[in-house]
Amino acid sequence: MSQNNLLEVSGLSMRFGGLLAVNGVGMAVKEKQVVSMIGPNGAGKTTVFNCLTGFYRPTGGTILLAGEPIQGLPGHTIARKGVVRTFQNVRLFKDMTAVENLLIAQHQHLNTGFFAGLFKTPSFRRSEREAMAYAEHWLERVDLKAFANRPAGTLAYGQQRRLEIARCMMTRPRILMLDEPAAGLNPRETDDLKALIGVLREEYGTTVLLIEHDMKLVMSISDHIVVINQGSPLADGTPEQVRGNPAVIKAYLGEA
Amino acid sequence: MPDTFHYLQQLVNGLTVGSTYALIAIGYTMVYGIIGMINFAHGEVYMVGSYVAFIVLAGLAMLGIHSLPLLMVASFACAIVVTSAYGYSIERVAYRPLRGSNRLIPLISAIGMSIFLQNAVQLSQGSGNWAIPNLLPGNFSFGPGGNQEVMVSYMQVVVFVVTLLAMAGLTLFISRSRMGRACRACAEDMKMANLLGIDTNSVIALTFVIGAALAAVAAVLLSMQYGVINPYAGFLVGLKAFTSAVLGGIGSIPGAMLGGLVLGVAEAFGADVFGDQYKDVVAFGLLVLVLLFRPTGILGRPEIEKV
Amino acid sequence: MNKPVRQALFSALLVWAVAYPIFGLKLAFAGVTLQVHGASASTLGLIAGASVLLFLRVLFAEPLGRLRKGSGKPWVPPRVSNYLTLPSTQRWGLVALVALAFVWPFFGSRGAVDTATLILIYVMLGLGLNIVVGLAGLLDLGYVGFYAVGAYSYALLSHYLGLGFWECLPIAGLLAALFGLLLGFPVLRLRGDYLAIVTLGFGEIIRIFLRNLTSITGGPNGISNIEKPTFFGLSLERRAADGAQTFHQFFGLDYNPAHKVVYLYLIALLLALVALFVINRLLRMPIGRAWEALREDEIACRALGLNPTVIKLSAFTLGAAFAGFAGSFFAARQGLITPESFTFIESAIILAIVVLGGMGSQLGVVLAAIVMILLPELMREFSDYRMLMFGALMVLMMVWRPQGLLPMQRPHLELRQ
Repeated sequence: MSQNNLLEVSGLSMRFGGLLAVNGVGMAVKEKQVVSMIGPNGAGKTTVFNCLTGFYRPTGGTILLAGEPIQGLPGHTIARKGVVRTFQNVRLFKDMTAVENLLIAQHQHLNTGFFAGLFKTPSFRRSEREAMAYAEHWLERVDLKAFANRPAGTLAYGQQRRLEIARCMMTRPRILMLDEPAAGLNPRETDDLKALIGVLREEYGTTVLLIEHDMKLVMSISDHIVVINQGSPLADGTPEQVRGNPAVIKAYLGEA
Repeated sequence: MPDTFHYLQQLVNGLTVGSTYALIAIGYTMVYGIIGMINFAHGEVYMVGSYVAFIVLAGLAMLGIHSLPLLMVASFACAIVVTSAYGYSIERVAYRPLRGSNRLIPLISAIGMSIFLQNAVQLSQGSGNWAIPNLLPGNFSFGPGGNQEVMVSYMQVVVFVVTLLAMAGLTLFISRSRMGRACRACAEDMKMANLLGIDTNSVIALTFVIGAALAAVAAVLLSMQYGVINPYAGFLVGLKAFTSAVLGGIGSIPGAMLGGLVLGVAEAFGADVFGDQYKDVVAFGLLVLVLLFRPTGILGRPEIEKV
Repeated sequence: MNKPVRQALFSALLVWAVAYPIFGLKLAFAGVTLQVHGASASTLGLIAGASVLLFLRVLFAEPLGRLRKGSGKPWVPPRVSNYLTLPSTQRWGLVALVALAFVWPFFGSRGAVDTATLILIYVMLGLGLNIVVGLAGLLDLGYVGFYAVGAYSYALLSHYLGLGFWECLPIAGLLAALFGLLLGFPVLRLRGDYLAIVTLGFGEIIRIFLRNLTSITGGPNGISNIEKPTFFGLSLERRAADGAQTFHQFFGLDYNPAHKVVYLYLIALLLALVALFVINRLLRMPIGRAWEALREDEIACRALGLNPTVIKLSAFTLGAAFAGFAGSFFAARQGLITPESFTFIESAIILAIVVLGGMGSQLGVVLAAIVMILLPELMREFSDYRMLMFGALMVLMMVWRPQGLLPMQRPHLELRQ
């Protein structure tokens, strides 16, 4: 095991009753890398995500976050360790405003003392003010400041996607996991997304792990690609290596 | 001095009560299986069934009819018809208008329905107990006699036999009939079933009606066995039956049957150990333990959270 | 026969099938034999009328529906209703109510003040349950159990250790909260409807224990002669226990039993106001936001590092604490408590108050408590119908206005632009 891997997954498997949805998947993600997971529909990519983020308890394998095993921990604990995700079908708090969505995500960094809030102590006020400022900063970043006080459910689809990413950033994550972030976006929005992922990496030092079907996006931003087919690892390597891999081509295009 | 015979006796008593819990539990489990909600008013349906049974028995007695088979058939028939109407109406009034809203809302409306029915019956029939003498006195007894004896009353035999018949009938209906197939399809995937042309509205109504009819069977049996009814009985019996459904694995019909029997026996032995006044505590305690350690129940399928 | 007519006939028949056996026939004893009598002609007339109405309603469902859609104007103009549900309006409404509440008992009759005290107990209970149900979205049907814990805490501490009301009030709240914590911890992982049933079971278990632990709790007879609260050590009774002084002696007044009633009322008012204040603050604290977020999407909360169990538990425990305060005050006011004061029906009434008022709305809960307690008091001759009406009201509210009479707009955190 090399020390500079931020996330190291080996032999990950997940069984639902008789169905082996994920079988022996492994990957290594270094700090500040962008790693993509690709594969045909139903290959088990989201199941891998669910295992990594603690929504499923993997049946086998190890997941090391900076050398520390995290497999089988509950989701909120893993999130607090800095592994935060978005969802394939955006999950915002729809009745709450955009800025409130961002405040909730800062829960662990806020002064949540009962009496501090009850009597509005100075430290409580400061903590709330800082949270607000940070939320405002990110609303600007994702170009949603004008919509800060709108209920999140009323935003356009692309805006909701951006808000969800901003909400993840509120938790100051080490690894941001994006589940098909470009799905349903138009080409311009996809370009914006690409730029945003670049910013996340360069300015905030965030490592990004994503599931994506848009090959143009994947090939242009990934440092490393992991290909999964029918729950099993098929190939991994740099975009060039994966692009030329005959097994990958076969899985995507079928038998020639 | 508790001995084998004593325990056997508790087992028989527990199984008798348990089989009626099982009948009522099927109503909870079927509704849950299809719409994923608890029919909180189901216990009141049971209570209404017991009143109908008493009204029929009293009415026929006034007409001078004392033939036991006739009394039984008539009270079963009437109770089933009336409670079916109740089951259907509950679905129409408290559930159908609320389909698709937040889960808490139909639950609250069903609680309101339950309070309403309980008080309506209390206002019209009085809040006290009504009692009838045992229609079928006598029992079989096994064992050497004295304290060492297991008694099975004729009524308990009737309870067993009728319960078995009702369950066999339901199983056949679900597995063989067209409507039964539609029910299973809806339980699997309501939206898909709808797209395939199944009238999901009538399937949902049907599950309420079947559940109510089975509750009526249980009501007739239990009220004949105990000979006493009152407007508040539905609350506790409903809770017990719900516990049975969860115990067996909610959504699973064989599970409800098994859960009822297990709960009945557990209660009988629990009352033996902790005293009769803590019988209900045993039942609720069991419910909590099951939910904590095996929330899917004995026969339930594990639920995979959709993320 | 075409479809609407068939449906209408079916509905009319359904009314008979539902109503006639239970309401049209009445059980009666003739000696020891059970008999059945027909109900009065007016009852039959009512059933017939209902069936005819439903027949027409179903037969003309379509034109009626069109009529309603045509005149789709709400009875309150949107601007007015928007104004009424604004948090600031509700706050001013509350301030006005509070001012009134402090002044009127000095002019009101003793009976009226007593009823108002009862209403305030339900306000407290409603506000507490509103945290659990309205804000955190957890349906707690055993809330009365914590009320009982509070009441019995004070009664037992006063009975066995001779502690006074003011010492016991925080203890009762803490004990109820502790119960909430212990009971909540295992069950809060459960899905919403399971939680409802399990809490219902807990409520019943608490009551069964209170009834059967006769040597401690007095069993079904309960505990009587519970001390009333004192005014800074001054008793408000005619004669104080030895060594203590009475209120009227200390201030050189004539003994007036109304003092006690008004004093109890003011304590209840104070407790209710504290509850209001705390809840209002909670709404604007991270934990209040987390409750709401959890109600909306638990999975998203987990993905953001919020621990659902801890958040739910905080709501459950806080709600229980308020029930504990209310319970100990209830015991002090009644002077006598029995397990029968804490049945499921009581939980249902409190839930009805929350639902009627509008889940999450503070002013709504206050108004609903007034309506729910005052109406049956005013219409004594209909008191038999009280629970019947509660039940019907719960169904109708859910069908027509699930957001309650006076829902609250959420306190928006505005980002200054």
